[in-house]
Amino acid sequence: MKRRSFLAAGAAGLALPSYARAQGASTLRFIPQIDLAFLDPHWTTAYVTRNHSYLVFDTLFGQDANFNYTHQMLSGHTVENDGKLWKLTLRDGLWWHDGEKVLARDCVASIKRWAKRDAIGGALMDATDELSAADDKTIVFKLKKPFPLLPDALGKSPSPMPAMMPERLANTDPFKQITEIIGSGPYRYVQAERVQGSRNVYAKFDKYTPRPDGALDWTSGPKVAHFERVVWTTMPDAATAAAALQNGEQDWWEYPTADLQPLLRKNAKIKIAFPDPTGGVEMMRPNHLVAPFNNPAVRRAFMYAIDQAEFMQAIVGDDPGMFYTPLGMFCPKTPMASEDGLEPLRGKRDYAKVKEMLKAAGYAGEKTVLMVPTDYVTLKALGDVMADTMARVGMNVDYVATDWGSMLQRRNKKDPVEQGGWSSFITGWAGTDHFSPPAHIALRGNGDQPGSWPGWCVSPELEQMRTAWFDAPDLKGQQDICRKMQVQAMHDVPYFPLGQFQTPTAYRSDITGVLNGFATFWNVRRA
Amino acid sequence: MFAYAIRRIIATIPVMAIVALFVFSLLYIAPGDPAAIIAGDQATPADVERIRASLGLDRPFIVRFVEWAWNVLNGDLGVSIFTNLPVRHMIAQRVEPTLSLMVLTLTFAISFAVPMGVIAAWKQGKWIDRMVMVVAVLGFSVPVFVVGYVLAYTFALQLDWFPVQGYTPISQGFGPWINNLALPAIALGSAFIALLARITRATMLEVLSQDYVRTAKAKGVDQKSILFVHGLKNAAVPIVTIIGLGFAGLIGGAVVTESVFAIPGVGRLVVDAILRRDYPVIQGVVLMFSFVYVIVNLCVDLLYTVFDPRIRY
Repeated sequence: MKRRSFLAAGAAGLALPSYARAQGASTLRFIPQIDLAFLDPHWTTAYVTRNHSYLVFDTLFGQDANFNYTHQMLSGHTVENDGKLWKLTLRDGLWWHDGEKVLARDCVASIKRWAKRDAIGGALMDATDELSAADDKTIVFKLKKPFPLLPDALGKSPSPMPAMMPERLANTDPFKQITEIIGSGPYRYVQAERVQGSRNVYAKFDKYTPRPDGALDWTSGPKVAHFERVVWTTMPDAATAAAALQNGEQDWWEYPTADLQPLLRKNAKIKIAFPDPTGGVEMMRPNHLVAPFNNPAVRRAFMYAIDQAEFMQAIVGDDPGMFYTPLGMFCPKTPMASEDGLEPLRGKRDYAKVKEMLKAAGYAGEKTVLMVPTDYVTLKALGDVMADTMARVGMNVDYVATDWGSMLQRRNKKDPVEQGGWSSFITGWAGTDHFSPPAHIALRGNGDQPGSWPGWCVSPELEQMRTAWFDAPDLKGQQDICRKMQVQAMHDVPYFPLGQFQTPTAYRSDITGVLNGFATFWNVRRA
Repeated sequence: MFAYAIRRIIATIPVMAIVALFVFSLLYIAPGDPAAIIAGDQATPADVERIRASLGLDRPFIVRFVEWAWNVLNGDLGVSIFTNLPVRHMIAQRVEPTLSLMVLTLTFAISFAVPMGVIAAWKQGKWIDRMVMVVAVLGFSVPVFVVGYVLAYTFALQLDWFPVQGYTPISQGFGPWINNLALPAIALGSAFIALLARITRATMLEVLSQDYVRTAKAKGVDQKSILFVHGLKNAAVPIVTIIGLGFAGLIGGAVVTESVFAIPGVGRLVVDAILRRDYPVIQGVVLMFSFVYVIVNLCVDLLYTVFDPRIRY
C-alpha cells in the first residue's frame, strides 16, 4: 500500500461522525440542566432530581397546567366524616421495578418519609391523626381536622416530589439517601450504566400500565413511554451542549443559555419552546437580624430602587416576551398571583429619591454584605445589577463573590457582618415553588425559630395568614388570603422580588410530544 | 536498579501520607459545607444540621481523619457524600477516559513535537525553523479551551468529521474510541507540542555542536543517523524530563479539555467534587494523582539509564 493511500484510509477510518448519532432511533438523548447528583426523590429539592424522579417514580395524584389534581396511581378516593376520613384506592396494574406489586402499605411508608422533608407534607401530617393501609389497595387518612388540600399535597409538582417507593426503601431515614432506585414509573433507572457526573440511563418499564383515562398534561393523565431508552448526558459546557444539539448528537437540551439561543434559533432543525409558563422567579433575600436590613423602613425604601426589568434583561436579554414584571410574592399567571400591593415596583426608578428615603429611614452608611454565587451565571448577573443598584442609592455595598456551596454555608450565620455575617444574598427558584404559601418558605415570617429560612423574617401577620390559607374553604378564599399576604409582604419585605423569566428548552425538530411543565419523558416521540 | 525502584516505591508511602494529611486538613478549613449544599436552597439551618449529623461531619477533625486514614490503609477510599457511591468505583469509572486522553495526547505530542524540534535544529535559521517556532509560540499562546472550540467548530460542526463531545470506551472498538478522542487530544496536546518542540530544538542544537557529531559527519554518516541516532539519543534526557513534567501539566489541562468535550474523566470528577465539597472524592482523587505523579517521575528516572548508560542508581 502506498503511503498516501494508507493515510487516506486511516483518515476515513478515524472520521466516524455518524457513530455518535447512531445510537438508534429508540433512544432519546437528553442534556439536563445540571448533573444528577442525587437519585432519591425525597432527599433533596434539586430540580434535576425531581425531573429524574418523574421518570422512575409515580405519584398518587397528578397535576395539570391549571393546577388541578387528578388521580394518577389511584383509581378513586372517597371523603367521609366531614372531610376527616379520606380513603384512597390504588388502581390495578401497578408494579414496582423489582417485580413486586405496589401495595397500600408501600404508599403509606412513602408518604410518611416524604412528609418529613416537605413543607406541605409536614402540614398534612400535622393534620393527620392516623395514616394506615386498610388493605392492599386502600390508603386511609384519619384527620384531626379537614385538610382539603390533600390531593394538592400528594400531587404537587414542586420538589421534593411526593414519590411512591417500596416500603423497604421508604423505611429509610429521610435524611439518608436510599441506595436502590426502585419506583413504579414509566421508566426504570439502569443503575449499572450510571457514570456519575456524566451519564444516567433509563429503560422503558414494560410492566408499566398508563392510566386509561384523564387528560395528558404536566404530570397528569396517561404516561405513555415511546422511547425504549432515555439517556441523560451531563455537559458542563453550554457551548458544547449547543454544538451537540446542532450536530444531532443529542436530541434535547433542557435549558439552553440565553447567549446561545440566537444561534440555535437560526438552525431549522432545532426548536426552542417554552413549555413551563411558571419559568423562574428571582429574589434578593435580606438578613432581618443585622443592619441595615433589620430596619423595616430601610427595606421598604429600598424596594423603590428595584427595577425588575433591569434585572431580567441582565439574564435573558432585551426581549420583553422573555420576562414578566412586576413580580410579586406569587408566581405570575398562577391562581394565587395578583398585583395587589405592588405599587412600589411600578414606574420609573428615582434613585436620588430612594437615597433620601433610605436616609430618612435611618440608613447611616452601614456596610451591606451582598453574597453572590458567581458559579451560577444568572445569579452572578443579578448580583452585578443589585450591587450597582445599591451603589446608585448610596449604600455601602460589599460585593462578596463566592461559590454556591460557600454561600449556603455562610448564610446560616446570624452574626454581624463584621464577624463574618451577611446582609443579603441572591437566589432563584422555579416558579412552581412560589405557586402557593405552603412551599413558599421565603414568605414565612417565623423569624429565627427552628425550621425558619436564613434571613429570619419576623412577621406574625404572614404566619397567621399562612395558617388561615390551609383552612380556606375554596379557591376564592385562598386567593383572598394570598392577596392580603402580598400586601403584607410588601410592608414587611421578607425579600425583594427581582422578576420572572421564561425558561426555554431546545430540541431537535423531529422530537414531538413535549408536554407542558418541566422536562417529562412520556408522550415524547421521534417523528 | 531494581532495588532502587523498590526503594523509590517504598518512599512514596510517606509522601502519600503527607499528601493525605495536607489535603484532609485543607478541606477541613476550606469554606463551604457539603451538608448545606445537599440540603439545597430551601433548607433551614436545622435541616442542614440533621444532614451534617447523618453524614458524620459533626465529629471532631481527628476522629474523622483517623477513621478515613484507617480505611484508606485498608484499601477503602470511602463513599461519596453526594452520590452514596464508593469513591473507588467512581474513580475506576473515570480512569479509562482520562488515561486514554493522556496516552493519546502524549503519543500525538511526542510524534509531532520531537521530529519538529529535531528538524528545526537541523535547519536552524531557515524558514522551516521559523515556522516551527511560530507554531510553538501559537501553541503556548492560545488557551486549550480556545483550541478545543475552534477544532470542534471546524472539524465537528462544519466538516462533520468528528463528534463534538463524548467518549466511547476502547472495548467498543478502536475506531469509535479514537474518533471521540482525536480532537480533545489535539487540543490538549497543542501547548505540550509547543513546549516539547522548543526543548527538543534547544537540546538538539547543543548536541549537534558537539565534537562527536562533527566526527560522525566527517566519517560520512548519513544525516538521518546523525540526527536520530547520535543526536536525539544524547538529547533525550532533558526531553524525557520535560515529558515527565508535562504529564502534570496535562492533568491540569485535562480538566478543561474534559469539560469542553464532555468527556467523563477524572478531571471533571474532581472539579465537580470540589464545587460540592465532596470530601471523600477529592481526597481519593488527589491521592491517586499524587501516586501517579510519583510513579511517572520514577519512570522518568529509570528511563535516564536507558538513554544515558553513564547514569547508574
